[in-house]
Amino acid sequence: MQITSKAIFPGINLSEKAKKIIFEDAQKTYPHECCGFFFGKQIEGRRQITEVLVVDNSVQENRARRFEITALDYMRAERKAIEEDLDLLGVYHSHPDHPAIPSSHDLAVALPFFSYVIVSVQKGEVNHWRSWQLDEGGLFAEEKERHNK
Amino acid sequence: MRKFTENNASFDSTGNTVQAALADLVGTYDLLGKQLLNEEGKLRSFLKVYVGDEDIKALDGVDTALKEDTVLSIIPAIAGG
Ligand SMILES: [Zn+2]
Repeated sequence: MQITSKAIFPGINLSEKAKKIIFEDAQKTYPHECCGFFFGKQIEGRRQITEVLVVDNSVQENRARRFEITALDYMRAERKAIEEDLDLLGVYHSHPDHPAIPSSHDLAVALPFFSYVIVSVQKGEVNHWRSWQLDEGGLFAEEKERHNK
Repeated sequence: MRKFTENNASFDSTGNTVQAALADLVGTYDLLGKQLLNEEGKLRSFLKVYVGDEDIKALDGVDTALKEDTVLSIIPAIAGG
């Protein structure tokens, strides 16, 4: 099954603070999957992420391989975006002991527009991360990390 | 969703049911309709509608009555593996 494509997105930048919060959540939640939202601004298509909202993984079973975010947590995220005048740009989650590549389940339930940041946690330590976004054909294309000048 | 609503995050409707408010919203933002509704005009399966803090599934579905100050939220299901 094809999950990824070679489409090109302008890229993403996570602030040091945003990375720290996401990585700590990923390590703390290991061996289960963590999840949350991130916020920022889109400048010439490139996403500058400055804020993070950590939320609970609401699935009860198979927490090492699945995550879900409740509607009430989604509403909190929308409210935070409005209050802080930022855009809700995506969702992060971890892949315990798996690479940061979207799974077929990730693809099946993915929404357009959002960046999907995946953090690979190997034996409890963050190993690497990658960001993905649905392309026009409905496959995940990588959104490369772009450092600020 | 805001890219389909001329960047507005909220919308005031006088519809007195969920159905009427959604019709009002879709009537105002043409592009949004295609995002929210399927070919049969039903809400897409990955979307939930909340009235205040309650899922309309636990109420009267799209027939749920709205008061003047009720807040209706359209929420995408966020999940993965
Ligand atoms: Zn995943």
